[in-house]
Amino acid sequence: MIEIHNIHKSFDGKKVLDGISGVFETGKTNLLLGASGTGKSVLLKCIVGLVKPDIGSVTFDGTYFTNNKLDIRQEIRRKIGMLFQGSALFDSMTVEENVEFPLKMLSHMPKSERMDRVNFCLQRVGLENANKKMPSELSGGMKKRVGIARAIAPNCTYLFCDEPNSGLDPLTALKIDALIAEITEEYNITTIVVTHDMNSVIEIGEKIMFLYEGKKIWEGSRDNILDAEVPELKEFIFANRLMRDAKKVEKGAAK
Amino acid sequence: MLHNFGQYLLFLKTLVTRAESLKIIFKRTIDEAILIGTNSVFIVALVSTFIGAVSTVQVSYNMVNALIPRSTIGFIVREMVILELAPTITSIVLAGKVGSSIAGGLGTMKITEQVDALEVMGVNSVSYLVLPKILASLLVFPMLVVIAMFLGLLGGYVAGTATGELTAQEYITGIRIDFIPYNVVFALIKSVIFSFLISSISSFRGYNTSGGALEVGAASTTAVTQSVIAVLIADFISAQLLL
Repeated sequence: MIEIHNIHKSFDGKKVLDGISGVFETGKTNLLLGASGTGKSVLLKCIVGLVKPDIGSVTFDGTYFTNNKLDIRQEIRRKIGMLFQGSALFDSMTVEENVEFPLKMLSHMPKSERMDRVNFCLQRVGLENANKKMPSELSGGMKKRVGIARAIAPNCTYLFCDEPNSGLDPLTALKIDALIAEITEEYNITTIVVTHDMNSVIEIGEKIMFLYEGKKIWEGSRDNILDAEVPELKEFIFANRLMRDAKKVEKGAAK
Repeated sequence: MLHNFGQYLLFLKTLVTRAESLKIIFKRTIDEAILIGTNSVFIVALVSTFIGAVSTVQVSYNMVNALIPRSTIGFIVREMVILELAPTITSIVLAGKVGSSIAGGLGTMKITEQVDALEVMGVNSVSYLVLPKILASLLVFPMLVVIAMFLGLLGGYVAGTATGELTAQEYITGIRIDFIPYNVVFALIKSVIFSFLISSISSFRGYNTSGGALEVGAASTTAVTQSVIAVLIADFISAQLLL
C-alpha cells in the first residue's frame, strides 16, 4: 500500500500539485486520471522520488520515503518497477539485455538464473522471440511490453505506469491494460497508472483518483465514475462523443 | 555563470558519492575506452599527419637564412608538435568528436527518460553513465596524443623530404637536437587535464538537457564550445605552471 499525504509542488512559482493526499491499495490497479497538464505525471514522479515535493510525504507499506535516509530510499526503489510513457528502453541494448539490466544491477543472481528470469518475463508479456531485437526494431506496443517485462523482472512490489497507452492503437492499448491488470492481480502488487484514457478507466480502473488543476477532486472506481456529480469530471468523461452516446442509450434503456 | 560552475562542481561530486560497484565501472570504462579510441583514431591520425606536414612546409618557407642549418626546421617542428600541436589540437578535435558524442548521447538518454529509468531502479545514473566516460577519456586521450605526436613528426618528415625542403638526414638530425624528455611528460599531463575537462563538461551539459531534440543539439554545441574554451584556458595555465 502506498500513502501520499498533502503533496505540494510548484515549478517557477506555478503551483502544479496542491495538497494531494490518498491511498493506493495493494493488489489493485489504481488510476491517476485527469486532463493533460493537471499534474498526474508530476505526482507519479513525486511518489517514485524523481521529483522532490515541496511539502508532503510518501509512505510505502508504512516506510517513510520522502526525505528519508538515502539507503532506505534506495531499498524502496529496488522494489519499484516503472513503465515510462516512451518506454525508456536503453537503446544501446537488446530486448534481453534491457530486461536483464535491473537483475544485473540489483541482484546477485548468476547469469543462468538471470536468463531464466528474463525468458520468463518476456514470455509473460507475450514476447518469446524478441530476445535479440534492438528497441529500434520494435513497434510501440512491443516496446511497452518490454518495458513491463523490465519492470517486473526484479519481482517488484510496486508498479508505476506513466500513460502506458499513449501512441497505441485501441486494440493494443486494451491488451496492455489487460496485461497490467493481470500482473497486478497475479503478483499482488500495488500498481499506479497515470492515464487520461477513458477506455483504461472502464477496463482496469479499480480505484480512481481524478485530478483537476493540481487538486484531487474526486475518488472512486469504474463502477461509480459515470454517476459522479462533479462538473469537471463529467466534462472530462463526456468530452468524448462515444461516451455521450453511451450515456444517452443508458438513459433511454432506463426509461 | 557562477551558478553553472557551482552546479558543475556538485555534478562532479555526485560522480564519486554512492558510486556503482568497481566491477561495473571497470567493465563500462573499458567499453567506453574502446568506443572513444576506435571512433577517434582515424580523425586524430589524419589531422596530426597534416598538421606536421603543414608545419614543416611553413617553417621551411619562413627559414630562408643561409646561416641557419636546415635541420633547425626539424627541431622547430618537433617542439611545436610535442609541446602544443599534438596535445592541444588533438584535444580540440576530440572536443568536437568525443565531446559532442558524449553530450548528445547523454542528452538523448535524458529526454527519452532512460536516465529516469536508471534512477527509479536505484542506480546512480551519474556514476553509472558519466564516470566510465571520464575514466575512459583519461585513459585514451594520452594514447591518442602519443599517436598524434608520432604521426605529426612523420607527416613533417614526408612533407619535408617529398617537397625537397630538406633531406631526410637533416630532418632526423633536427628532431633529435636538444631533446628534452620532460616535454613529452608535459604534453601527456596536458592531455590528461584536457581529457578531464572535455569529458566532464560534455557530460554535465548532456546530463542536464531538458526538452526535446532541439535542446539535445544545443547541448552538444554548448558542450563543444565550452570544452574548447576550457582547453585553451587550461593550456595557458599549464604552460605557465609546468614549463
